Amino acid sequence: MPPSNQTLIEQVSARKAPPRKGSLASGLRAAYRSGSLTTLLLFLPPALVFFTLFVILPVGESSYFSFFNWNGYGPPHKWVDFENYLRVLNDPVFRLSLTNNLLVILVSAFVQVPLALWVALLIADQSRVSMVFRAIFFVPYILADIVAGLIWHYLYDGDYGLVGTIYRWFGLEAPHVLAQTGWATAALLLVVVWKYFGFHMALFIAGRQNVPLDVIESARIDGASRWNITRFIVLPLMRPVVVLSLFFSLLGSLQLFDLIIALTDGGPLNSSHSAVSYLYTFGIKRMRVGFGSAVGVLLFVICVLVMLFYKRLFMREAESK
Amino acid sequence: MKSLFRYYRWLVLVLVAGFCLLPLWATIIGGFKTNGDLRTNAIGLPRQWVPDNYLSIVSTPRFWQMLWNSTVIATFTVVLTLLVSSLAAYTLAHLRFAGRKWIANYLTLGLTFPFATAVLPVFIRVRDLGLLDTYWGVILPQVAFNLSFSIVLLRSFFAELPRELFEAAIMDGCSYPRIFLRITLPLSRPILATVAVLALVGSWNNYLLPLVTINDDAVYPWPLGIMQFQGQYSTEWGKVLAFVSLTMLPAITLYLLAQKQIIAGLTSGAVKG
Repeated sequence: MPPSNQTLIEQVSARKAPPRKGSLASGLRAAYRSGSLTTLLLFLPPALVFFTLFVILPVGESSYFSFFNWNGYGPPHKWVDFENYLRVLNDPVFRLSLTNNLLVILVSAFVQVPLALWVALLIADQSRVSMVFRAIFFVPYILADIVAGLIWHYLYDGDYGLVGTIYRWFGLEAPHVLAQTGWATAALLLVVVWKYFGFHMALFIAGRQNVPLDVIESARIDGASRWNITRFIVLPLMRPVVVLSLFFSLLGSLQLFDLIIALTDGGPLNSSHSAVSYLYTFGIKRMRVGFGSAVGVLLFVICVLVMLFYKRLFMREAESK
Repeated sequence: MKSLFRYYRWLVLVLVAGFCLLPLWATIIGGFKTNGDLRTNAIGLPRQWVPDNYLSIVSTPRFWQMLWNSTVIATFTVVLTLLVSSLAAYTLAHLRFAGRKWIANYLTLGLTFPFATAVLPVFIRVRDLGLLDTYWGVILPQVAFNLSFSIVLLRSFFAELPRELFEAAIMDGCSYPRIFLRITLPLSRPILATVAVLALVGSWNNYLLPLVTINDDAVYPWPLGIMQFQGQYSTEWGKVLAFVSLTMLPAITLYLLAQKQIIAGLTSGAVKG
């Protein structure tokens, strides 16, 4: 639109706009006539009510309940100070769950994200072949975690499944991967990579397509090799996407639940829990509302701290943009 | 050199594609196998095709009931999420009023913590409202937990729509609610689609919330049903695999039909959220 036109509209609308300073009543009348008052009074409350009722209040209640020994029936009355918190923090199973969360993050950072980045750079162009592979790699991500968990539960089953079959090719007795501590957690990590690398790949492809073509073109004309272009131009320009992708790994790890329930159910010997599956197994399943709420509050604090620190440390440039 | 790169590229891509698809192949094909076949032959075609696993599941009304439950829950979740969040996002994007910034920040608080942290109080709230074992007991909390990211996405999109349109409409005497219906919504289809995809996938796959608020298996959405089924037939993998394959079908069909929108929705939503 030519600039003269725009200023004209601005002039007209400025003339029609109600005076800035007027009596409250006249302001309200104007607001009513333009529909802005109606909008304010009708459009905003549904979101506020929903959000307050099911998101904000529950988080507050969580911290209140966490000081009680309560099975959820009747009003909570048995105040126990910090006993729930002490019990959670002293529970080796909870510590192991957090360690598992950390392992998921590490595997994501050092295996999943590099794999996704590697593959994304191979198929970032618009050719048909790339499109087909992109579609294939994204498939595990669209499946429900439950489904992914059950599929791999079968594959890992020593009597049936892929692992069993492969061992039998060599005439060996197959191990029951999911029945051995340590192995079960490792098995879980592989499934996490399988399930989520496609998501990271899609992020990277979008990021790669935002790298300006002329920069790459001029480097190529100057005789830079394919590897050097990737190493010194593409990767540095994609740093913000990598930062973002790791952020989602963090978030995802802190929410990991369905997959574990379907794959190992936290076993064997409670060795493969995540923070959330711990919360479910030891808080919700047994209706220990106080204890479960304490786990919830700890998880909440961890999430908020992790996010604040991560944003502060790595995402400043993205935000100031 | 160039052809060497090409071989390397194909090798990597085919290997990774195999890693992605082999488990799915083994699952679908496994549903057609006898238990004995499953023991020795995980990847190959069945020695003898047995359709019984699939047929027995498809012929039980429970299976269809489950899918129906999930469909109803997902539909209402998507519609309500779009409605409630677009109304709020519109107000926050276009009206200036005292406390606007405060309210906007308040509504995005949900981005900082996952649903699991609040699951117990949500259960108690749903129970006290008398909504346990109902669709609403899943729908309402889902909508509430969708609001933060939806409002962030919608609001930034609404705010970037050309101002001239609004000014012209206001000059013509069009009221704010009408502008919302006639101008903002029609122009915002791409972002509404993104929000819808995120809400749909989230609802369809949700497990923790219905696990907590639904006990009655007549109201089970499919993720609960599938776990119950697996509990019943844990040793008969053929049946479980057939069940898993059948529940993958709707998601994969939808993915094949609207692949571009889904990938874009799930990732761009993430980027902006």
